[in-house]
Amino acid sequence: MSDNWDHLKEIVSEVLKKSKQLGLDAAEASVSWSSGLSATVRLGTVESVEFNRDKGLGITVYKGKKKGSVSTTDLQPAAIQSSLEAACRIAEYTEEDPYSGLADIESLARDIPNLDLDHPSNVTAEQAVQWAKECEDSARAFDSKIANSEGATFATHRGYRVYGNTLGFLGAYPGTRHSLNCIVIAKSGDCMQRDYDFTTARDIKDLNSRNSVGQTAALRSIRRLNARKMKTCEAPVIFSAEIAGGLWGSFIAAISGGNLYRRSSFLVDHLDKRIFPDFVNVEEIPHLRKGLGSAPFDDEGVATVQHSIVQAGILKSYVLSSYSARRLGLKTTGNAGGVNNLFISDSECDLADLIKRMGRGLLVTELMGHGVNLVTGDYSRGAGGFWIEDGQIQYPVHEITVAANLKDMFSNLVAIGDDTEKRGNIFTGSVLIDRMMIAGS
Amino acid sequence: MNLKTTNLETARHAILEPAGLSEQALQKVLGNVLGHAVDYADLYFQSSRHESWVLEDGIIKEGSYNIDYGVGVRAISGEKVGFAYSDDIILPALEEAAMAAKSITAQGGNHQVQAWHRLPETRSLYGDDDPLKSIPDGDKIALLRTLDAEARRIDSRIQRVIVSLSGLYEVVLIVASDGTFSADVRPLVRLNVSVIAEENGRREQGSQGGGGRFNYSRFLENDLGIHYAQEAVRQALVNLNAVAAPAGVMPVVLGSGWPGVLLHEAIGHGLEGDFNRKGSSTFSGRVGERVASPLCTVVDDGTLFERRGSLNVDDEGTPTQCTTLIENGILKGYLQDKLNARLMGSQSTGNGRRESYAHLTIPRMTNTYLLAGNHLPEEIIASVEQGLYAVNFGGGQVDITSGKFVFNASEAYLIEKGKITRPVKGATLIGSGPDILKHVSMVGNDLKLDTGVGVCGKDGQSVPVGVGQPTLKIEGMTVGGTER
Repeated sequence: MSDNWDHLKEIVSEVLKKSKQLGLDAAEASVSWSSGLSATVRLGTVESVEFNRDKGLGITVYKGKKKGSVSTTDLQPAAIQSSLEAACRIAEYTEEDPYSGLADIESLARDIPNLDLDHPSNVTAEQAVQWAKECEDSARAFDSKIANSEGATFATHRGYRVYGNTLGFLGAYPGTRHSLNCIVIAKSGDCMQRDYDFTTARDIKDLNSRNSVGQTAALRSIRRLNARKMKTCEAPVIFSAEIAGGLWGSFIAAISGGNLYRRSSFLVDHLDKRIFPDFVNVEEIPHLRKGLGSAPFDDEGVATVQHSIVQAGILKSYVLSSYSARRLGLKTTGNAGGVNNLFISDSECDLADLIKRMGRGLLVTELMGHGVNLVTGDYSRGAGGFWIEDGQIQYPVHEITVAANLKDMFSNLVAIGDDTEKRGNIFTGSVLIDRMMIAGS
Repeated sequence: MNLKTTNLETARHAILEPAGLSEQALQKVLGNVLGHAVDYADLYFQSSRHESWVLEDGIIKEGSYNIDYGVGVRAISGEKVGFAYSDDIILPALEEAAMAAKSITAQGGNHQVQAWHRLPETRSLYGDDDPLKSIPDGDKIALLRTLDAEARRIDSRIQRVIVSLSGLYEVVLIVASDGTFSADVRPLVRLNVSVIAEENGRREQGSQGGGGRFNYSRFLENDLGIHYAQEAVRQALVNLNAVAAPAGVMPVVLGSGWPGVLLHEAIGHGLEGDFNRKGSSTFSGRVGERVASPLCTVVDDGTLFERRGSLNVDDEGTPTQCTTLIENGILKGYLQDKLNARLMGSQSTGNGRRESYAHLTIPRMTNTYLLAGNHLPEEIIASVEQGLYAVNFGGGQVDITSGKFVFNASEAYLIEKGKITRPVKGATLIGSGPDILKHVSMVGNDLKLDTGVGVCGKDGQSVPVGVGQPTLKIEGMTVGGTER
């Protein structure tokens, strides 16, 4: 695997130089490159070994306030030239958009901090196979109810990203990601249930052990066996930490510039207004070392900065790119391309405390479908989990839905556990919500 | 005399000639992959051009053009698959990918690749013209403007309109050690209108689109595009008046066409060969059993003319077919690619598909639908005392092991005393795949396929699909609303 990425930077510089020669008012270009492998073992034998190697170039050109975009996987000079020409052709047809253009020069990242994101592994296919096998073995050995498997996969990837624009910005950084996941099937009588566990990290040393991933996958599958249907009722609901990120994801989407200026969000015009109870704080920390969501600059070269999104339940900041910021008469928040490491405050209690506090209700551990309407906030999704009585887990339940309006769910949030999920870019514990409609039999 | 260029000639011209690759070179690469432990190998060449145009806020805001090409190499040894790809189509890159794919097995002697057999291209389910060039760019822009104006003209409550148009021209060439030497030229276009209506501070959305394996000019014929705009507006206005949806089990009448996503989730995925070979599907080992009411016959048909989910040959070069999945309620068979068919002792059904050269082939659906029955849609609605009539859906999801599936209604109405009354807000419907079709009590005579918008995701790969059904009545299904 080559560490010499200078030629990728040169490609971006070359594109920007050519775009100036073509008389364009502005241009931006990015090159991404990645390489890696993944191995899947199922029932103790190799199922697949895949080798990945991808590269791509994206260019956006501006003629005044008119823009055109192209992308190509061919990085040869001839392809770059014809891509630029295609982008110019497109910009003949698009129209003046007063808000369009590169980021404002003062918002661009001035230096590129090293966030410790690059930890290449040199894992061979044989090693990947061996680790996947050990992981699946420990799942299968965990309990005789583990009757079948969809396998365990070890994957390792390394990527490099370059972004440059005609304001003189040229930034680049490498990053790695390693992961191990395991999916097994538990069986009891006619009932078959599948569940999984995974671990992922920038540095292979930070992965959870093969054993723990395998055993957790087994445990999660087994505990779902003999799930029952339940009667339709209204009750409090806990979203367990591993799925609670979805709630915060919906919140972030609803305060994202694109949905705000289109007025396609139930949270338009909510800046400085109360959305959550006052114990809730949400902060973005983009420069977290080794963070899975960390980035030194965003998709348009803007410096990413630590900032508060929700303070004591009040919405303090939207999530904006330069374009959406201009549309809303605000400043970019360095979120072109999304949020980087979102931290949700906890209520200093663990999941068991939340369950006790709820007393009687539903613990949701699985969600299905896409039933979130960001325009209205209406929320209705398929769910599975556990019924709670007397502050104790009673039995698994399935084939139910949970429904409410997100606005009510946010304002009726009771507590957030300290069982923080750390395997993605949203760091949240389990979330207890006052009440939702549960539809069952 | 037929002067039409065959797909094979097109592929040779678009892919092999620019790379300077001869058939002998391909034969040699495949021969090197094959060893005593590798029983099958294939090369998948793909060249694609994609464009999209977006109108928003009354102006043409975005235009993009993408070029992607590459080659994937797969080596199969028993159940083991080795896979590598390259986005450079040149011999050294191809050889390197081939060696990587082969690395799943120990070294072996060279085996002979079977002589190519080129199946005559007896059918063409869609044209082979480049849709991107089918009308001038100016006409594409004009179409977007017309639809924007139409949506705004219909009702002043329409505040936002987004119209998008996209086209794909894709050429694939599949060369395999079993002698397959096959090509396909696959156009695919899509037009979508989405709107937001606003009244008294309440906002609701509506969207409609369609497409298929044809040219942009189709959207201009019979005012098809105009119809999408009208339909998007109608949906948004209906939703402005929607009340909270009910919660609990009730009779559900599903409209014809796109609600067929039910079959895709509840039945289709569970019948894909890979899950059944592994025994991980709730339908595993159940061929011959009753899984639906006798009113239900479900097929997966990749041979429908110009449909979004249709293919002349699948991504392994196997001609697509119409496969009966359920016949009068009895489970008949699975959807297979070559690997799973061989391991299960059956034949590929032409359902081996992949998102691109950079993805592994797996069994996938094409166009999945339920055949028409005898009832008039009005009769079906009139038969319901108290229930839900759902006519438009977002998407769905299934857990093929437990069989639980969901799909999300985006336009639905209450049925009260046999009459459609009030519109209700979107809600998730949840059920169990092996049970749900047993509760189908009436099947309409109005079979319709969707307008050409389906995207199916599996193992992180997206492929275009179609669904369809006539109006259906399901005696009891859980509706995930908020009202008791």
